[in-house]
Parts: sequence; C-alpha cells; structure tokens
Amino acid sequence: MQTAIVKEKAKLWAGGRSPFNVSYGKLMMWYFLLSDSFTFGAFLISYGTIRFSLNHWVDHNYVFNEFPGTEANLPLAFVSLMTFILIMSSVTMVLAVHEGHKMNQKGVIKWLSLTILGGLAFLGCQAWEWTHLITGEHAVLVNGVIEHWGTTVSHNPWGPDVMFNGQQVATPGPVAFGGYFFGITGFHGFHVFTGVVINSIMLIKTIKGDFHKRGHYEMIEKTGLYWHFVDLVWVFVFLCFYLI
Amino acid sequence: MSVEPTHLGTTPEDVAHVKRIWKAFWILLVLTILELALGLTIYFIDLGANPNESLVLILKGVIIIFTLAKAFYIISIFMHLGDEIRTMIMSVALPALLFIWFIIAFLADGSSFRHLRNTDAGIRKYEPTPQQFHHPAPAPAEKGDKKLD
Repeated sequence: MQTAIVKEKAKLWAGGRSPFNVSYGKLMMWYFLLSDSFTFGAFLISYGTIRFSLNHWVDHNYVFNEFPGTEANLPLAFVSLMTFILIMSSVTMVLAVHEGHKMNQKGVIKWLSLTILGGLAFLGCQAWEWTHLITGEHAVLVNGVIEHWGTTVSHNPWGPDVMFNGQQVATPGPVAFGGYFFGITGFHGFHVFTGVVINSIMLIKTIKGDFHKRGHYEMIEKTGLYWHFVDLVWVFVFLCFYLI
Repeated sequence: MSVEPTHLGTTPEDVAHVKRIWKAFWILLVLTILELALGLTIYFIDLGANPNESLVLILKGVIIIFTLAKAFYIISIFMHLGDEIRTMIMSVALPALLFIWFIIAFLADGSSFRHLRNTDAGIRKYEPTPQQFHHPAPAPAEKGDKKLD
C-alpha cells in the first residue's frame, strides 16, 4: 500500500500527465482567478488603507438603508437580498456542473438558465442601488450654505453632522468614498456581467449539443469556477462596504 | 432537493454529492444571516448615547471570521478545490498567503497616516476640526431634508 502511494507520487511528476491532476484549461482558470483575487485584494486593501487614515468615514447603515418600494429605514435589507441572490445562483451553477458530470444535457440547461437569471437579477439590484445613490439628494452644509448632493465619485454628502441654525446637518464627507464604492462594486458588477455573458454562450453551446458531442462538460466546470469566484469576491465586498 | 432522473440513472455517489452541495448552501445562508444579525446589532449599539467601541470592534472581528468561513466553503465545496490533489491545492493556496502581509502592511500604513494627520507631524501645525457629531440622528426622509433651506 505504502509503495503504491510512493509509486503514484513518482509517476505524478514523471511527465506525460498533469502533476496537478487537472486539465490545462482548469489549471489556468485557477491561476487567472488567483491573479484576479490579487486585483480585487489590492482595491479592497487600498480602500482599507484610506479608511484607516481618516478620522471620519461614512456610516454605511445610513447610506444603504433603503429598499425599493418603501420609505422605511431598513439598513442592510437590500444588500442581504443581493447576497442571497448571488449565493443562490452559485448553488444553481454548482448543480449545473454536477449535471454536466453526469452528461445530463437537460439538467445542465435547466440549472445554467437559472444561474443566468440569478446573475441578471443581481445586476438589476445593483443598477437600482447605484441609481438610488447617485440621484438621491441629501442636505449638506457647504461653506455656510445648505446644498443638496447625491453620492457620486466627486460628492459625498455623508460627512459628520454639525449644528447649523439650530438644526443638525451633515457636512461633506471624504470624496474617496464614492470612488471606492463605485469603483469596486462596479468592477465586481463587470465581473458579474461577463459571467452572465460567458454563461449565456455556454448555454447556447449546451443547447446545440456541442459538449455532448465532445464527450464531456468541462467548459461548464471552468465557467463554474469563474462564477463562484464572482460570488467569493462579493462575500468580501459585502463585508468591507456594508458590514464593517 | 431531488435530483432529476437521468438516462444514466442516479447513483448513491450522486445523491451524496448533491446533498453536500445543499449542505454547503445552508451553511452559507446561516453564516450570512448571523452576519446580518451582528451587523444590525452594531447598528443598534451605535444608535445609543454612548456606544461601546470595543464591543463593536469584537463584533466586527466575529463578522470577519464568519466571512472567512464562507470563503472557505465556497472555495472548497462549490469550486471543488477540496477535492483536488494536495499539490494543486498548495499551488493556489500558498500564493494567497501573501494577503496576510498585504493586509497587515497597508492597514498599518493607513493607521500611520491617521497618526500623522492628528499630530503636529513635523512642519505642519495640527488644527483640530470644529465640534462634530459622529453619530447622526437616524437618516431623515429626503422630504425632511428639503425643509432645511
């Protein structure tokens, strides 16, 4: 038994096969995702650096407290829905990969379609959130005058409050907030968008029966890796912008 | 969750695999709900007159640990990295360890900037900002905002 394992290990690196026991395409997808995680990591860590360097940052519970169709104060509610949609679409994706292993074309079509729907729903939520932030105006005290600002890459109405004419009113907050929020969620949203496009191409190829003819559904596995990575990044974006 | 019957038939391994996927889903969902509960706890602590800063920091630490657990489940179950051979896992996991240095170094840098900002820091004279309220009243409705002018 022991010798068998040693032999197997020696064979692994003896050439003629992948020592990592995965196909070239899958290995490269892993390395691409590793490098992409450093890109996202760099964005999120530089955001952290700026936040650590400032005495005041925005309070996310006041910035993100709205839900479509209601005026109520609901911190965290909408982003929870977005997180749930993305986790759900990750599950449907992994089920599509599983059906691919079993060479079940119908199963792949069913779960992959649901994954694409989940991705589109997430993008729709993000579009609403961005629109709401950019167009929703808030009173801000600028040079002794009350102005009304939306949250953009150049304006941040979420600074600390001061007393003005007997009323509590916000001052401009750090401009970096809009840049980091729209930059990072935008870059993540772009990944979701490309994921939806790639998944749609895979769906078309599945319907045409390309993978069935090829004899395996490895392409679904590779796009699955990409899709799960998008979910993984969201877990950290969710943490950095909405929770802490 | 039932598996669609296929022309290949459903083997016990299939059932076990699908079970594992749904188990991972429930774990992720429960962790997310716990994170939200802690996030709301922080929100209500901050609403109070004298928020307990160290308690908030501890809760944030717990949220970070939950997030790392979620990342582990996504990578190992959904992305099947846990099923690959050891050398493959290491070739992805070891470079990712650089994040430990990355995060510590740059957050320390940020803290240093803040320290410089709040002290005389050599040639520049430190000027404290006027009195501010770090805990604004619960977000007023937009219509209420308009009344101010």
